[in-house]
Amino acid sequence: MFSWIGQIGRCTIEWTVGMGRTFLFLLSAFAWAFRPPTRLRLIVHHIRTIGVESLSVVILSGIFTGMVMGLQGYYSLRKFNAENFLGSAVALGILRELGPVLSAFMVTGRTGSAMAAEISSMKVTEQIDALYSMAINPIQYLVSPRIIAGLISMPLLTAIFDVVAIYGAFVVGVQLLGVSSGSYFAGMELSVVFKDVLSGFLKSVSFGLIITWICCYKGFHAPPMATGVGQATTESVVLCFVMILVWNYFMTSIML
Amino acid sequence: MIRVVDLYKTFGRQEVLKGVNLELETGKITTIIGGSGSGKTVLLKHLNALLLPDRGGILVDGKDITKLRQTELNNIRRKFGVLFQGAALLDSMTIFDNVAFPVREHLRLNEAEVEKKVNDNLAQVGLAGMGYKFPAEVSGGMKKRAGLARALVTEPEIMLFDEPTTGLDPLLGKSIHQLIRQMHTQFKFTGVIVSHDIPEVFSISDRVAMLANGVIVEVGDTAAFTDSKNPVVRQFLQIDTEGPIAVL
Repeated sequence: MFSWIGQIGRCTIEWTVGMGRTFLFLLSAFAWAFRPPTRLRLIVHHIRTIGVESLSVVILSGIFTGMVMGLQGYYSLRKFNAENFLGSAVALGILRELGPVLSAFMVTGRTGSAMAAEISSMKVTEQIDALYSMAINPIQYLVSPRIIAGLISMPLLTAIFDVVAIYGAFVVGVQLLGVSSGSYFAGMELSVVFKDVLSGFLKSVSFGLIITWICCYKGFHAPPMATGVGQATTESVVLCFVMILVWNYFMTSIML
Repeated sequence: MIRVVDLYKTFGRQEVLKGVNLELETGKITTIIGGSGSGKTVLLKHLNALLLPDRGGILVDGKDITKLRQTELNNIRRKFGVLFQGAALLDSMTIFDNVAFPVREHLRLNEAEVEKKVNDNLAQVGLAGMGYKFPAEVSGGMKKRAGLARALVTEPEIMLFDEPTTGLDPLLGKSIHQLIRQMHTQFKFTGVIVSHDIPEVFSISDRVAMLANGVIVEVGDTAAFTDSKNPVVRQFLQIDTEGPIAVL
């Protein structure tokens, strides 16, 4: 009985300490981001790896998500003779929810996992110790530029996903199934307000932060052994997916 | 001068260092020997505060580096160069960029000066013309040489070597030892070597210390050390499985 209570206590303490460490890690990354030297070149490099290199997978997933929405939306709305609302339904669904969430999933799979693997492998092979020993702060060198790049890249990728998905739904709904092009775009124009775009934008920024923060943290605190790399990568991807879904719910409930 | 004062370090329930006291004389090479898992690398990593002790201190030029703030610690760390066991080259950079990295970070030189300095350094360690390669494309010995070039490029006052010849064949190991001695003659650094490579490493050591059971059991000039009557030292140097050190 007592050992059971003790175990709960130990888990609670470990969880609290872990949470504290995670937040201190983020604070430290922000603090180092504003200290010289400014690592502009690294930020641009990571915008390329997070943003440009994820572009193809984001576009591809955007097209097919939009096409499926066009297809499902059309057949659902037709039951109520409301096919003309297809544009509005697609745009709201994509701008508010699917755009930010799915592009964040794609970036997690494409770049977040690589980020965790790279940093954890640097930890295992003492490259992070080498940075410390050269009087270079690894948080400033490895983490802060990635977080800034994530904050910049994620909204841009989401915007591209949104546009591509809306046109994907357009191709299926208008070109293949015969919804009028005018009503598709007019419905969209009437129903989408600035708040919807803002909601998607804020979600994407926060997802950019969540992905880079979690993946860098997991990489940085990987167990110093060969299996540590795999463990850090898996944990970071799973945790990112869960955190994105949980955080998305809270953001939606606040911004509705 | 570096002084290790009453250093304790525990990982989980394992007490690794149990009150280490050691003086590392300026301008000399001190080699720390000891069995596998005796805590040599742990001790070495305390010398530039890569690890912090549970108790005790590390005095570098009179300052206890375990109590310094980040900025002050970084100033002290610039006095150090470290050759890691696996060289720890940044694998996203070429060998040239690895060696240029601390120069670009800490010395105010233009790119032409950086290039000259790095190329000179690479030539000294026998890697002239190899700078364009990535660490994954070169052998273990070349990695160690590149790591040595990177550690020495800012001309540090203190050099730490973590098992510099591990994983190399005897010939390559000897060439690394010769390189360390040659660099020591040129740069006059205070050197600390952690090594298993006995007795080869004694040829480049001015002093030897032995770590066993979490404490320094013997320290002295190389000649005196090899003649030591300490049974722990004798057992280790004579590679005897019988004696005060429990082998299995």
